[in-house]
Amino acid sequence: MKIVVCIKQVPDAKDVRLDPETNTLAREGVESIMNPFDRHALEEAVRIKEEHGGEVVALSMGPPQAETVLREAISCGADRGVLVSDRGFAGADTWATSYTLGNAVQTLGEFDMVLCGKQAIDGDTAQVGPGLATQLRVPFVTCVQKIRTIEGKSLDLERMMDDGYDVVRLPIPCLLTVVKDINEPRTPSLKGKMKAKKAEITVLSAADIGAKPDCIGLAGSPTRVVNVFSPPPRGDRTVFTGSAEEQVDQLVEQLGKYI
Amino acid sequence: MDYLLTEEQQMIKETAREITEKKVIPMRAELDERNAFPTEILQDMAKADLFGIFVPEEYGGFGGGCLDIVLALEEMARGCVGVATSYAANALGIFPVLISGSKEQKEKYLPDIAQGKRWAAFGLTESNAGSDASGIQTTAVLDGDEWVLNGTKQWITNGGEAQVYTIIAMTDPSKGPRGATMFVVEDGDPGFSYGKKEDKMGIRASATRELIMQDCRIPKDRMIGRRGTGFITVMKTLDISRPGIASLGLGLGQAALDEAVTYAKQRVQFGKPIIAFQAMQHMLADMAIQVEAARALIYAAAKHIDNNPKNMSKASSMCKVFATDMAMKVTTDAVQVLGGYGYMKEYPVEKMMRDAKILQIYEGTNQIQRNVIGQELNKEYS
Amino acid sequence: MLIIDKEKCIGCGVCEANCAFGAISMEDGCAVVGDSCTLCGSCVDTCDVEALKIEIAADAGSTCNLNEWSGVWVFAECRDGEVSPVSYELLGAGRNLADQRKVSLGAVLLGSNVRDKATELIAGGADLVYLADHEELLQYREDVYGSVLCEMISTHKPEVVLAGATAIGRSMVPRVATELRTGLTADCTQLSMREEDGALLQTRPAFGGNIMATIECPHTRPQMATVRPKVMLPLVSDTQRSGDIIEFNPTAQALTSNVAILESVKAEQEKVNIQEEDILIAGGRGLDGEKGFSLIKELADELGAAVAASRAAVDSGWVSYPHQVGQTGKTVSPKLYIACGISGAIQHTVGMQSAETIVAINRDENATIFNYATYGLVGDLFEIVPLLKNKIKNVRGQ
Repeated sequence: MKIVVCIKQVPDAKDVRLDPETNTLAREGVESIMNPFDRHALEEAVRIKEEHGGEVVALSMGPPQAETVLREAISCGADRGVLVSDRGFAGADTWATSYTLGNAVQTLGEFDMVLCGKQAIDGDTAQVGPGLATQLRVPFVTCVQKIRTIEGKSLDLERMMDDGYDVVRLPIPCLLTVVKDINEPRTPSLKGKMKAKKAEITVLSAADIGAKPDCIGLAGSPTRVVNVFSPPPRGDRTVFTGSAEEQVDQLVEQLGKYI
Repeated sequence: MDYLLTEEQQMIKETAREITEKKVIPMRAELDERNAFPTEILQDMAKADLFGIFVPEEYGGFGGGCLDIVLALEEMARGCVGVATSYAANALGIFPVLISGSKEQKEKYLPDIAQGKRWAAFGLTESNAGSDASGIQTTAVLDGDEWVLNGTKQWITNGGEAQVYTIIAMTDPSKGPRGATMFVVEDGDPGFSYGKKEDKMGIRASATRELIMQDCRIPKDRMIGRRGTGFITVMKTLDISRPGIASLGLGLGQAALDEAVTYAKQRVQFGKPIIAFQAMQHMLADMAIQVEAARALIYAAAKHIDNNPKNMSKASSMCKVFATDMAMKVTTDAVQVLGGYGYMKEYPVEKMMRDAKILQIYEGTNQIQRNVIGQELNKEYS
Repeated sequence: MLIIDKEKCIGCGVCEANCAFGAISMEDGCAVVGDSCTLCGSCVDTCDVEALKIEIAADAGSTCNLNEWSGVWVFAECRDGEVSPVSYELLGAGRNLADQRKVSLGAVLLGSNVRDKATELIAGGADLVYLADHEELLQYREDVYGSVLCEMISTHKPEVVLAGATAIGRSMVPRVATELRTGLTADCTQLSMREEDGALLQTRPAFGGNIMATIECPHTRPQMATVRPKVMLPLVSDTQRSGDIIEFNPTAQALTSNVAILESVKAEQEKVNIQEEDILIAGGRGLDGEKGFSLIKELADELGAAVAASRAAVDSGWVSYPHQVGQTGKTVSPKLYIACGISGAIQHTVGMQSAETIVAINRDENATIFNYATYGLVGDLFEIVPLLKNKIKNVRGQ
């Protein structure tokens, strides 16, 4: 079983906030982490490998420093890490990202499964998984909460729906995106950490994966960001003053109709 | 303070801390209340390779030394001394095989221990043999190709949970201390059973049971080392294990200090956080001094032991006494800093204070440790 | 790529401060761009001396003839023979867009024996219902639904396609957009039409959820977007409305699937559905643990309200996911929303800003949440919340 796990390095979202003085993003001290959903995809891949044998390749697209998450993936059980990195990828939307990852996966050769987290916490689009499957021309299922059985070239799993779940059977090769319920990711082992420290991370450029210049980065992206703004505050606000008790009294007076 | 740890040592600390934060701290109150053994947490530790730290590389471990174990235990004890004790007792239980075992015995047990497939426990204490180990009444008699063991071991940490037990028994009672020999007894051996689980004041996540041997028959090759060397093996084992107990005190003291400072910054009385009061600052300062001094002494002792000196007993005993007395003092002070809240089970310092007490008692009471130090001084100055 | 004109750059550092990704730095009095640049373009607008510009080598699909594409479509999600509420909300939003463009509003209905739903969609605002009724469409399967929608779009060429950001919408629509090599914007909270050129302006929270971004799809069609349930308003159902049903026969190939649904299990819904509640008491990181949550539960009980939470509180395990409000949780619009110890990061506020009255209780008077609040209380919630509970109890007792 050869499994490719797609991993994104993201800013730790809970630390990202707007500086009220300058109205810019406060970046100081914002750590880069492995996208939490991808951690579950990786864990599932490693578990499948442990049961069925094979290889787990961690794949990431990003700037050179994204190498860190690939090393982390190795410490959690991935066999090797591949980073696709090229200045030409800058500005990629989900279409161009899917295309780039698609080319990268094909460059890595045949595979049985591609696993992705349901979405990345910085963009929350959940589009790259299905987009990548479409690029690779393999069947896919999103929001997998449990893999029930893997028998030969067939896979039974549970896919989360808004009102419950569907039990789905699909053939291998395929792509799955997973939700957090699927497993509890392990803590990196000591051996894993030592292996990760020494590991060689393969870096592939746009040319290495045979990507067409008009399909990558901003040029390859059908969408454009045309405006970025801070959300407008509501106009009618009243901030009470005084002691806690005085503030509560004023509030209760105003909330009359709800009480 | 920077102790100039190697990259590997930092990884050990980091890994132990991660497990502690993710798995131990969220569970500790429940384990304590239910008197429950932390099987799952220990399995997680095994998956993270923490059980391999003290196993030589040729048996699938990391070949780490005393300092490496000390670092791991310190981090674990910051979460729960009960859980950390279960880990420490596993190391203690397998040290006799590491120190005096045959190649075959090492091949048989060490890889499983390194992977966490089997756990170990150490069987020394008996009802009449506590501080005075010469009172051991368990006997082992050779009968053809088998040893036959009879006797009861008391308060054995990991008893009933471990699969591999290193047991000391008298093979030649007439020879006194030179008549004791160590054996490996395995879970399921005929005539081997467990007594009741003890209900303890603290470290309630750890399991403490009697080991009962009634005509317990084991193969001849389960003897560890030569006949009559049991006490030497026990002494060597305790020499390298004591800094681990010291480290439990260190981690616990650090955790209590952390809780106390955090609380003192939040708690407002007379219009300001209580940390602003000098009485409080002095108390916290004394706690911090003691914690750091214990750390420096333990790390130094562990490095000393890792150098394999001829005599390690004094250093080993010194750090055990200092750090565990410190833990008792600092946890008691932490409860004082938290005042009424500290006395309630809602806050973790109450458990910490209960957990601290055993550290002054087990693996040689602190009085016995002082005896050891005193005897060593007597020798040194002769 | 981002081009910096070294002659023009005065090294003022404004672009550096405005870059959300920390990609710009100042070296020797001149801006330098690093690897983490995503070409978002926010620096270009802030540069007073016009030293920055973004150059694009060749544009995607610039060969697409935009004039061939007309009409606004809504994917009417149908499961177990029921059209989901979000589809009617999208018809409400789609109606405005179609009217602005003076084009028809179409609803796409896929399923088996669902023809009778077409009239409901027309009553909900659709001019046309594109119906593919086939037994292979009885159950939702990514590949079949995706392929059929692709065929329909290629045949009829709508300029806009909207779908709900539901489990189904979020898995199938990305496949369609990738296949058609066109743009798709996820989880939009606002849609508007630029009348002069028919560009769909899609607004969604971006950059870690702290800023809003407006996105368009300039060179390809259709312009596709998913929209979260409960964000848009449905029209009042009008059974007098007339419209046409256009039958669509998918090819056999499109109906061939690699995926089999063995079983559909309906989970018991959690008793509380925060989207249906009139009053929500929400807690965030400031509650500092489950104990803090019991405080707001008491207040909720007093008011007959339900408890909601920010992502931080859910991630910390203080309360379960069905209570989460915001970008990755639910969007709610209760009559009264009381936010306790919630800082007001936009990934939370997008989920609650349409509440009728918002009360914020926070220790930090500069917390962003006060920008959204109708009423703000500055102070320790551990003091205020119990006071509020008792006060309400007293008022009610009278």
